[in-house]
Amino acid sequence: MLRRIWALVQKESIQLLRMPIVYVGLTLGPVLELILFAAAIHTDIKHIPMVVADQSLNAASQSYLIGFTNSDSFDIVARVADQAGVVHAIDSGHAEIGIVIPVDFASQVAQKDATVLMVVDGSNSFVTQSAFSSAQAISQEYAISLTHLQLSALNPHMQILYNPDLKDVWFLIPGMCAFLLFGIALKLTAFSIVREREAGTIEALLVTPIRPLELMIAKMIPNLGIAFLDLAFTFFIGSVMFGVPFRGSLLVFSVLALLFAIGSLGLGLAISSVSQTQVQANQLASLVNIAVMFVSGFLFPAYSLPFVLRLLGYVMPMTFFMTITNGIMIKGVGLSDLWAASLSLTGLTVVIFFIGARLFRQNLD
Amino acid sequence: MSEFAIFTRELVKEFQTDKHVVRAVDQLSLQVAPGETYGLIGPDGAGKTTTTRVVLGLLNRSAGESSILGFDSMRDMYKIRERVGYIAQQFALPPTLTVMENMSFFAGIQGVSPNAQKERIPELLAFAGLTNFTGRLAGKLSGGMKKKLALACCLVHEPAVVMLDEPTLGVDPVSRREFWNLLGNLQVEKGLTIFVCTPYMDEAERCTQIGLIYAGRLIANGTPASVKASLPGHLLEVIPSNFVPARKLATHLDGVLEVQSYGDKLHLFVDDVAVRKPQIEAALTGAGIRYEGFRDIEVSMEEAFISLVRKQTLYVENLKSGS
Amino acid sequence: MELNFRRLGILIRKETIQLLRDRRFITLFLGLAFVQLFIYGYSASKTVYHMPLAVVDQSRDEKSKAFVQALVNSQYFDTAVYLDSQAEVVRAIDRGQVKAGVVIPPNFAANAEKGSADFLIVLDGSDQFAVGSAYSAVNLVAQNFGLQLTAANLALSGANTAPSAANPLLPITASAQVLYNPDLNDKWFVIPGIIGMILQTLAIEQAAILLVRDRELGTLEQILVSPVRQLELILSKLIPLLVLCLLTLVVSVGFGIFWFGVPFQGSLFLYFWLSLLFITSCLGLGLLISTGVKTQYEANASSMFFMLFGLLLSGLFYPRIGMPLIPQLIGDLVPLTYFLRISRGIYTKGIGLNFLWSDALILVIYMLIVVVVASKRFKMRLD
Repeated sequence: MLRRIWALVQKESIQLLRMPIVYVGLTLGPVLELILFAAAIHTDIKHIPMVVADQSLNAASQSYLIGFTNSDSFDIVARVADQAGVVHAIDSGHAEIGIVIPVDFASQVAQKDATVLMVVDGSNSFVTQSAFSSAQAISQEYAISLTHLQLSALNPHMQILYNPDLKDVWFLIPGMCAFLLFGIALKLTAFSIVREREAGTIEALLVTPIRPLELMIAKMIPNLGIAFLDLAFTFFIGSVMFGVPFRGSLLVFSVLALLFAIGSLGLGLAISSVSQTQVQANQLASLVNIAVMFVSGFLFPAYSLPFVLRLLGYVMPMTFFMTITNGIMIKGVGLSDLWAASLSLTGLTVVIFFIGARLFRQNLD
Repeated sequence: MSEFAIFTRELVKEFQTDKHVVRAVDQLSLQVAPGETYGLIGPDGAGKTTTTRVVLGLLNRSAGESSILGFDSMRDMYKIRERVGYIAQQFALPPTLTVMENMSFFAGIQGVSPNAQKERIPELLAFAGLTNFTGRLAGKLSGGMKKKLALACCLVHEPAVVMLDEPTLGVDPVSRREFWNLLGNLQVEKGLTIFVCTPYMDEAERCTQIGLIYAGRLIANGTPASVKASLPGHLLEVIPSNFVPARKLATHLDGVLEVQSYGDKLHLFVDDVAVRKPQIEAALTGAGIRYEGFRDIEVSMEEAFISLVRKQTLYVENLKSGS
Repeated sequence: MELNFRRLGILIRKETIQLLRDRRFITLFLGLAFVQLFIYGYSASKTVYHMPLAVVDQSRDEKSKAFVQALVNSQYFDTAVYLDSQAEVVRAIDRGQVKAGVVIPPNFAANAEKGSADFLIVLDGSDQFAVGSAYSAVNLVAQNFGLQLTAANLALSGANTAPSAANPLLPITASAQVLYNPDLNDKWFVIPGIIGMILQTLAIEQAAILLVRDRELGTLEQILVSPVRQLELILSKLIPLLVLCLLTLVVSVGFGIFWFGVPFQGSLFLYFWLSLLFITSCLGLGLLISTGVKTQYEANASSMFFMLFGLLLSGLFYPRIGMPLIPQLIGDLVPLTYFLRISRGIYTKGIGLNFLWSDALILVIYMLIVVVVASKRFKMRLD
C-alpha cells in the first residue's frame, strides 16, 4: 500500500511542479500580498480630512481650533463659509467631518453656553465613530481648559498586553498566516481531482489497484508540502521584515498547523468530489473561503457577529486556528490555555476529514 | 497557383518547447486540384494535424507558403473560413447543445439563409443518419455519431473544400463505409475538394492523390498507384512455420530487396519473381523450415509506406553519420 | 473591427443555451452573490460592543461600583467575571476568557473626592478590534464619569449650575449632525460597498474563466474555422455574463433595501448606468486576464488575486487614507476603488453626477484601455 502511495505522490508532485503558476502564484503570490497588506492596512484612524466653517474669525474661535490643527487625527483640508459649505464638502467626498463655529462664538463662551456644530459623514461609519469621538474629546479638553474649576479627574492607566506599541502588523500577520494556509490548501486540492476528471485521466487511475484512501492521501501530500512552504515563507517575512514575534512553542504550533492543514485539504477534497467542472470547484472554493474569512474573526471581530453567523464560525476550523495562531505567536501562551481551541480544532478536523473521505470515495465512480 | 484548391510550398511550422525548437512540418510542398480527394497519410505524430491547421490558418506559419482556393492562410483567414468545412481530430462541437442546435448554430454563423437551412439541415441529418436524434445532446452521442454530426455541420454551408482530420478514427467499419459513401456522393454531386488526414492505409486507396508524411516531411506524393509502383521489385508472401529463423534467412538471400513482417506472414520484395521464388523455397527447405501459402501479392499501401519510411530513416541516419 | 449582428445573435444564443444548461453554474453564481451579501452584510462591523470584561474592584464602594456600571452602560463592555488581582486579569486575558480588565485600587471614592482617582485598564493587545474600541470607549467613559463627579461635588458645595445646557460645567458643547446615516448604522456603510465587491469578483472571475474554457477544452477550434470575427466571439461570451451581473445587481440592491433596510437615497437611474459602466470595466479586465492564461485554473488563480486586492486595498473595509505609496497605486488599478465612491455616493449619500463625474470618467478610461489591450492580445488562432 505504501508503495502505491509513494508512486502516486511522485506523480502528483511532478505534475504540480510542471506548472509554473504553482511556483510563482502560490508561493511568491501570497508573500507579496502579505507584504503589501501589512504595509497598507492600518487600524488607527489618523489624518481624517476636515473642513472648518469659522464664522467668527476671532481670537476665541482660533484658539478653539488650535486643538484640531495640532492633532494628527485630523487634517484641515479647507475652510468654507458656512454649514452649507461643510455639507457640500462632505457630499463631494473632500472631507469626512466639518466644524461650524457660530458668529457669536466669543460671546457665547463668555456666557458659558456655547455650541459648536460638528457635521459628520455618516456614510462612512467605520471612520465616523472614532472621528466624532476624537473631535468631541478635543473639544471637551479645550472646554475644560477654559474652566478653572477643580475637576474630579479619573485617570485611566492603560496596560496593553502583548503588543504595547500597538503595531498594526502584529494584528494582521497571525491572521494572514492562518488565512493563507487555509486558502491555499483549499484551492490546491479542490482543483486536483476535478482537473483529472475533466481531462479524463482519472479513468486511467481507477483501473489500477489504487484504493480511494490512498489516492486521497497521495493527492494531499504534495499540496501539504506547498502549503507549509508558504507558511514558512510568511513566517519568515513576518519576523524578518516586520518583526512579528513568535513567543510560544514552535512544536505545538507546527502540530496544530499540520492538523489544520489536513482539515483544509480534506475540505478541498470534498469540494472537488462534488464538482463536475473546474469552474464549479472554483466557485465552491471561493464561497467557502469568503465565508470563513468573515465569520472566523479574521477581518471582523467574532464576538460582534449575530448569533447565526457565530454558530457558523464555530463549525469552521479556521476560527479556532486563528485563536491558536494569535495565542501562540503574539500572546505566547501554551496548550494549557489553548486546550479548548485545540480540542475543537482536532475534533472538527477529524469530522471534516471523514466527510471528505466519504464524499471522495462515493464520487470516484 | 489559384488553379489549385489547396496549395503549399516549402511549408514550415516550428514549435518552441522548453529547451529546443521542434520542426513539426518540414519543407512540405503539395498541390490539390479542385474536385480531387487528397489523402495525407502518416502515423501518429507525423505532422498531419499540424499541417492541416497551418493551412487553415489556425496556427501561425513559420515559413513557406500555404493557401486554400488562392487565399493565403495567414492574410485571408476569414475568406478561407467562409469557404471551407473542417472536422477537427478530437470532438470539438459544443457538447451541451443538441444535434439540431449544433446544426442551426453552425449554419447560422456560416451565413446560411433560414430558407436554405430548412432545406439542407434535414437533408444532411438524413444523410448522416441522425434524423431521430435531433434532440440529443451532442456530448452524449456515440463516437461514430459524433463524427457524422461533425461532418454534417461542416457541410451545411456547401463549402468548396473540406478538410478532415482523422475523421473515422475510432469509428466502426460499417459507419466508416457509410461516411466515405456520403463524401463520395457529395463530391460527385457538388465537385467538392476533399483533404483528409488518416492513418488508415485502406482509406488511402480511395484517394485520387496521396502524400505520405513522416516526421514532418513528405516522403512520397502522387496517385496511390504511382506510389506503390515506386517500390522496387515484386511482392511475395509466405507463412513459415518457424518465423524468426525464416526471417533471418530470407534477409540474407540474394535478390531479396526487403523483408517485412506481417503478423505471422513474411512479405518479401524480390527483383524477379520467376527466378527468386524457387531459390527461396529451396533455401527454406534446406534450413528445415516448413512453409505454406507462398504466393505473389499486390503491393498494398501499408507495405509501400513501411518501405518508404525505412528508406527515409536510413537516409537520415546516413546523413547524420556522414557516410 | 468587424461585426455582423446576425452572427452575433446566433453566437449569443448558443452561449446562453450552454450557460443555462449548466444548472450548477447558475445556482452557484447567484448563490455566491447571496451568501456574500449575507455574510458580509451581517459580519462587517468595526464597532465592537459587549466586550467581555474582567473586573477587579479593590474598593467596593459606591463610586467604584457606579464606575463599573458606567462602563457597562456604554454598551461597549459586559462584565464577564469578577477577579481579585491584576495577575488574575492577565491570566484571564491569556486564556481568552475576557478581552479587557479593569482594576480599581482601594480608596477609589475617597480619592475621587479629593480630585484625582486612578484606575488601571488591561487590554488584550493581540486583538485589534478590542484595543481600538476599548481604548476610546474607556477614555470617554472616564471623562464623562469624571465630569459627573465634579458636578456632584459642586452641587454638594452649592455652586450654581445652569440647568439648560447639556453639560452644565463646560462652556462649550459639541453638538453632532450626522449626515446621511443618522443612526450610524454600519450596514448603511457596508452594503453599498459589498454590492460593488460582489459584482467585481463575479464579473472578473467568470469572464476570465468563460473565455479560457473553450480554448482549454478544445471546442474553440471548431468555432475558429468559421467566419466568426473576434469582436463577435468576445461579445457573445460577455453579453450573457453582463445580463447575469445586472440581474445580480438588481437582486442585491433589492436585498439591500428591503432585507437589510438600507434606504436608497439617490437616483436609481444614475446608479444603474454607472453600475453598468463598472461591470463592463470588470468584464474587460476578465477578458484581459483570459488573454494571458491557458487554463481555467490559471484564470481562476489570477482573478483571485484581484479579488483579494479589491477586498483590502480598495477602501472597502480599510481606509485608503494613510496607505503608503505602493498599496495606494495598486488600489488605483482596481475598478472597485472608484465604484465604491460611486456606490456609496449614490446609495447612501444620495449625491449625483456632479460629484461623481471624475470617478465615472476614470472608469470609462479604464474600460477603454483594458478592452483595447485585450483585443490586441486576443488571438483568433490556436497559438
